[in-house]
Amino acid sequence: MNPATRSPLTWAVHLSVLLLVALWTLPTAGLLISSLRDKDQLAVSGWWTALSTSTQNIVARAPGADTQVERDGKFVISGDVLEGTAAGEVSAFGFSSQKPTAFKAGETAELNDGEKLTVQADGSFEIVSDTKMEGSRGQRIFFTAAIPPRFTFDNYVEVLSAEGIGASFINSLTVAIPSTIIPILIAAFAAYALAWMPFPGRAILIAVVVGLLVVPLQMSLIPLLKLYNGVGAFFGVPAKTYVGIWLAHTGFGLPLAIYLLRNYMAGLPREIMESARVDGASDFDIFVKIILPLSFPALASFAIFQFLWTWNDLLVAIVFLGAGQDELVLTGRLVNLLGSRGGNWEILTASAFITIIVPLIVFFSLQRYLVRGLLAGSVKGG
Amino acid sequence: MQQLVFAVGTMVAGVLGCAAYFWGTSYILDLIFPSKGRSGVEASRNLRITNAIRPWLFLAPALFALTIYLIYPVIMSVWFSVHDRAGQNFVGASNYVWMLNDGEFRQSIFNNFLWLLVVPALATFFGLVIAALTDRIWWGNIAKTLIFMPMAISFVGAAVIWKFIYDYRAEGTEQIGLLNAIVVAFGGDPQAWITLPFWNNFFLMAILVWIQTGFAMVILSAALRGIPEETVEAAVIDGANGWQIFFKIMVPQIWGTIAVVWTTITILVLKVFDIVLAMTNGQWQSQVLANLMFDWMFRGGGDFGRGAAIAVVIMVLVIPIMVWNIRNAAKEMKGH
Repeated sequence: MNPATRSPLTWAVHLSVLLLVALWTLPTAGLLISSLRDKDQLAVSGWWTALSTSTQNIVARAPGADTQVERDGKFVISGDVLEGTAAGEVSAFGFSSQKPTAFKAGETAELNDGEKLTVQADGSFEIVSDTKMEGSRGQRIFFTAAIPPRFTFDNYVEVLSAEGIGASFINSLTVAIPSTIIPILIAAFAAYALAWMPFPGRAILIAVVVGLLVVPLQMSLIPLLKLYNGVGAFFGVPAKTYVGIWLAHTGFGLPLAIYLLRNYMAGLPREIMESARVDGASDFDIFVKIILPLSFPALASFAIFQFLWTWNDLLVAIVFLGAGQDELVLTGRLVNLLGSRGGNWEILTASAFITIIVPLIVFFSLQRYLVRGLLAGSVKGG
Repeated sequence: MQQLVFAVGTMVAGVLGCAAYFWGTSYILDLIFPSKGRSGVEASRNLRITNAIRPWLFLAPALFALTIYLIYPVIMSVWFSVHDRAGQNFVGASNYVWMLNDGEFRQSIFNNFLWLLVVPALATFFGLVIAALTDRIWWGNIAKTLIFMPMAISFVGAAVIWKFIYDYRAEGTEQIGLLNAIVVAFGGDPQAWITLPFWNNFFLMAILVWIQTGFAMVILSAALRGIPEETVEAAVIDGANGWQIFFKIMVPQIWGTIAVVWTTITILVLKVFDIVLAMTNGQWQSQVLANLMFDWMFRGGGDFGRGAAIAVVIMVLVIPIMVWNIRNAAKEMKGH
């Protein structure tokens, strides 16, 4: 490539990568921004307008007649239509849904029953009447206001306390941590045997592990559910327990763990092991003192995979842990919220962000190991 | 909080238990067949015995778990698929016959094939393009990290993210979903995307492509870097342009890796469940096999026979890839 043609081509590369990166990050960015917005603004304007002042049509209700005060021989109900929002500017108002913007801010509207309504630009309003007002329901006031952007953690506070996300967060941790650690040790010993201990049938076992890598989880669900029910009934314990799901995740994670670790251990230099053996070390010593420390990168890779997988899993959790309110993990809770609070985006976005924050932290801090694991984990072709 | 303590406790107990098992059995084995400090013949005999037994001690827990959680279920699923809803009476092939005549099942098979055609192809294509492009620019690694990021997000989380993008508001009101906002900005009519039969499949597939492209990119990027420099240099000297170098020199050298990426994503597609459950739960003709199977596991108290039959269908679709993987792994081990 000569310099003359390189420049525009490089620009094209930069631009197209920029476009692709935008395409891949905007969805998540939209979720994060939305979860931090005021819920009334979130409901009426797109997240890309989050920084601009939004014009909203709002309905407020004045307090009932029991709050009226007598002043200069007239009866007055006063208040603030913008109460609850931080600031804003009313541009127009009205008192019927047919003409919600009939009057400009500061003007006085004559209500049907002789009362006078004035709404100021700052949101304060007064209803003035010559006679005593009656009725417990206050006057409805329609108004259009320019509301400045408002960011808040209210959505997070709400989902953590009221929507059970906090409890589910603990449940997810409870499922994910042991499900990550327990398979590692089991797999490490098996991988060592498959990599460095000659015995008849070794090649077949390795082939079995490779085959099991791709067995669909769906195959396991019904027989295991039956098995768990049987075991639970036999011992008089609940069929759906944390121990049950830890073991299930262990079983499902083992093929990948054994495969990853075996490949890694098989690549370690033979000389180390032979010299240790000459010095009289047993297989057990060699494994614990030499292989295990050397295999740390592979162990870390698998741990990250398994953690992401168990944290993000929905299927195993709802089948083996149940879908009751107390045992729902984050993903299960989120699916429930999608059903029950489908239109409440302030709740969905905040909940979704809480469910993805832990994997994202793991991802960004340990990406190196994740990449290494991916490269080792996919069966090399050709 | 209490259960978290319980979890950590169990974890520690589990790890200690495992360690105790491996250490203990090894110790006992050496105790029964000692080789140290014995005379030549006896020592070598004992050494031979321990060497024959020890691998199986190391393998036993893993083999046990694999058998219970993967091998036994595969066999039992086939068994359940020829039995009635409670798994008691043999019903022959009637679950399979029901399946073939069931409109929802045929819909799922059709949708699954659509997914199989589109998702692996698009994810591999984007992954390859991004891998090739990011190798040429100084901020390529940052770009890769950002595109790789959705890998860490759960399918359900991704479903929420994308449902927000596809959000639909009645015509005339301001759209808060990005897609509809763009459509309206260009003068189109807003659509309730995920309720459009047939097309909604593609909107669901976009989610999986979004997640899996990073995986394809990482693997293919490593493969591209592994291409010998000389082949590219020779092509440059021969006057090949960028396209020719990429498609005629580089891509043919990484066919094997492309196939691996493709099959890995294919397997994932066959198992796709969370996305469909969270987005549509199979409504508006977007059903897929994995979600249908889950449906039958619990629908009306659960029909294990039909559920297992659907699982067997998924398994059968996976088997060719399984065989291919095993053959590749065997070939590679012989090469070592």
